Amino acid sequence: MAAVTLLEARGLTRHFGGLKAVNGVDFALDEGEIHALIGPNGAGKTTFVSLLSGRIPAQSGTIRLRGRDITRLPAHARVRAGIAYTFQITQIYAALTVFDNVALAVQGRGGHPLAAQAMAALDRVGLADRAGQIAGTLSYGHQRVLEIAMGLALAPLLLILDEPTQGLAEGEIATFKDIVRSVVPQTTVLLIEHNMDVVMGLADRITVLNFGEVLATGTPAEIRANPAVQAAYLGG
Amino acid sequence: MRLDRALLLHLAVLAALLALHFAAPPYHHSNIARIMVLAIYAMGYNIAFGYTGLLSLGHALLFGAGLYSAGLLVYHGGAGAAVALAAGVLAGGGMALAVGLLALRTAGVAFMIVTLMFAQAGYLTVLYFGAWTRGDEGIVIPQAARTIAGLDLASDAPRYLVALALFAVALLANLALVRSPFGRVMVAMRENEERSRMLGFNPFTVKLAALAVSGLYAGLSGACYALMFGYVGAGLVSVQYSILPLLYVLLGGAGTVAGPFLGALLMFYLIDWASALTDAHQFVTGAALVVLVLFAPKGILGTLRARWLRWLP
Amino acid sequence: MDFGPYLLLALMEGLVTAAVLALTASGLSLVFGIMRVVNVAHGEFFMLGAVLAWFTSQWVPGPPAVAFAVALVLCPLIVGAIAALADMLVLKRLHYEPEATIVATIGLLYILQQAALSLFGPDARPVPPPFAFRIQLPWFGYSGYKLAVVGAAVLLLVAVWLILRHTRAGLVMRATQIDRDTARAFGINVDRVYAGVFAMGAGLAAVAAVLIVPIQQAHYLMGGDPLLLSFIVVIIGGLGSLRGTLLAALLIGLSDGVISTFFAPTLAKIVATLAVALVLVFRPQGLFGTRAA
Repeated sequence: MAAVTLLEARGLTRHFGGLKAVNGVDFALDEGEIHALIGPNGAGKTTFVSLLSGRIPAQSGTIRLRGRDITRLPAHARVRAGIAYTFQITQIYAALTVFDNVALAVQGRGGHPLAAQAMAALDRVGLADRAGQIAGTLSYGHQRVLEIAMGLALAPLLLILDEPTQGLAEGEIATFKDIVRSVVPQTTVLLIEHNMDVVMGLADRITVLNFGEVLATGTPAEIRANPAVQAAYLGG
Repeated sequence: MRLDRALLLHLAVLAALLALHFAAPPYHHSNIARIMVLAIYAMGYNIAFGYTGLLSLGHALLFGAGLYSAGLLVYHGGAGAAVALAAGVLAGGGMALAVGLLALRTAGVAFMIVTLMFAQAGYLTVLYFGAWTRGDEGIVIPQAARTIAGLDLASDAPRYLVALALFAVALLANLALVRSPFGRVMVAMRENEERSRMLGFNPFTVKLAALAVSGLYAGLSGACYALMFGYVGAGLVSVQYSILPLLYVLLGGAGTVAGPFLGALLMFYLIDWASALTDAHQFVTGAALVVLVLFAPKGILGTLRARWLRWLP
Repeated sequence: MDFGPYLLLALMEGLVTAAVLALTASGLSLVFGIMRVVNVAHGEFFMLGAVLAWFTSQWVPGPPAVAFAVALVLCPLIVGAIAALADMLVLKRLHYEPEATIVATIGLLYILQQAALSLFGPDARPVPPPFAFRIQLPWFGYSGYKLAVVGAAVLLLVAVWLILRHTRAGLVMRATQIDRDTARAFGINVDRVYAGVFAMGAGLAAVAAVLIVPIQQAHYLMGGDPLLLSFIVVIIGGLGSLRGTLLAALLIGLSDGVISTFFAPTLAKIVATLAVALVLVFRPQGLFGTRAA
């Protein structure tokens, strides 16, 4: 079955002064896949997904979502168009309840009925019993899961996860992998990860970034076997 | 609107104010009318500051827009009170939109300074066009013009009731707003703007809308002030009148519906009481600001809500 | 008088304004640059300097020059001490959080203004200049004292620059400005630095007021204009840039002098106020500042 392209970026570039954070990157995401973005620190991964999600404007290049040019679209409009982003450093509403956090995500999408859909999202990640708790009092792991719940509640076409397992315990990582597997293929997942077990275990395809450029793209087996990738990142 | 204890509480406040109409001695009676009008202003400020997190130092411009549209329309244009009131509301909202389109391109400290500067420019403009506005000296609105639907706003009883009616509308509208989906988005924007943006909410339009509603309230309050108390002067558009709603809201509780009224009531009587003892009542205002921001930034109702009454809107 | 000499007079008046403004505004700029605090009570420190100078002129016996000399040293020190106290009691406890600090300094403004009203009274009172010396130019006579004010302001500003660039205290201040936490890690007592900087900022405003008070009079409401003008200068010059502050003070002082001579002062103020707002909206780094984080 031929892969349908969900998101396509061409020649995406973003410099910061003299630093070429993202340099002419071409990238294509297939519908329904789990795609991992790996690379050493400072390779430009977070900058790249910030360009995709609209948090940072691109200086040149184009981005197409299901064929529609979204390059000029501001971040909040891209969310409405179907791109959800979970932050590298958890960004939740610490002073509000867990329920309110997710309800806002449902509201952002215009979901009805609000309460039922919010509880459903919490159910999927296993936080339903903590709905009334103040989000700031959750453990770090639970906060990260809450943020994923918020992403899911947006019912996005594309869910971008920025280092989602960082700081999670083993059991929590296992739960996380289950959640990600459960959302595809209705939702496509792009995740930045340093944890190679998670990457190799989840990803259908992997892209390796280095110094703001694509080093290699392929299946986990291909990437593992790639000598350039090994030299730059995997070690050995 | 949901019939729950929050609504009942606010209805009780209104009922108490109605009861005061019959029970209060004349001095307090006219005080409370004034406090209710100022509380409308403070509620508007609270919508921008307490709920949406926009600390403006230039709300006197919006209050003044209502004050002067109403005052000048009546004084120079011979308009009726009802028209003047409507004009004041629209002027407040319109001015808020105009200021917001520019000021909301900044945030935090810059936003505070920009709003302060716009308000200062407004104050100076009132002085500059002294030929029409009579500047600091001000304009006394003729009593004949201060009637609405046959009610004479210059005399205590009708004034109180009209003020109460408008206050009730403002209070209940505020309650409905903060419990609506938009109200939740306002709070979300205050709590974590970046997160809200990445949930699909447009920060600029949310803040602009909040500011515009805030302006409608301020404009209503200004127009009422002109018509009910019969005086329009530059002093009412000075920095003092930008600080006053902030003070009321901080004292009563930012981000609570009844907080602005409580703050206005307490602060009014605190200064009243201090004025009887000494001439130095500015000191009270200053000390109150410092003490509040140091020890009780949530204000009375805000602290009450955080500790015991979680359901208080 | 012809237009030419009239313009020269306006420019000289503007120069005096610019000199005093540069001193006052550099105090505000220092506080914002190093502490990231917007002090709305800055104008009241200015006013206190003038009011205390009046008290000095009443209490110190002898010729006016003696009282003036005493005031020049004593008033900034007293005002600086008051500022340091306010910093330690209030601002530090707020952890210098921007919005809370502004509200607190508004409160401070009211308190200081009330103190002046209660202790000094509502009237404007003159302070005798230390000397009455007129310079005779071909077209008009001009007060020698005013020229001395310009000279004194220049000297003081040079002194401030020297302190910041060439003393250890200045180094400590600049280090704290660049990175508060790292400075702390290096053993710098940031709280004391902040108290000192706040005091210095207030002291600069006070000394500017002492210099100008023989020309203007002392009045409890005289802090409003200097505050507004200092704000304008600091924002247009760029928050945190001392050089920008000085250049902007020159620009605004001179144009204020010229505009006030030829146009209505209220209109000039309206334009200036709107200019500040628009600069902040469209070019927040001002003319010389760097884009703050």
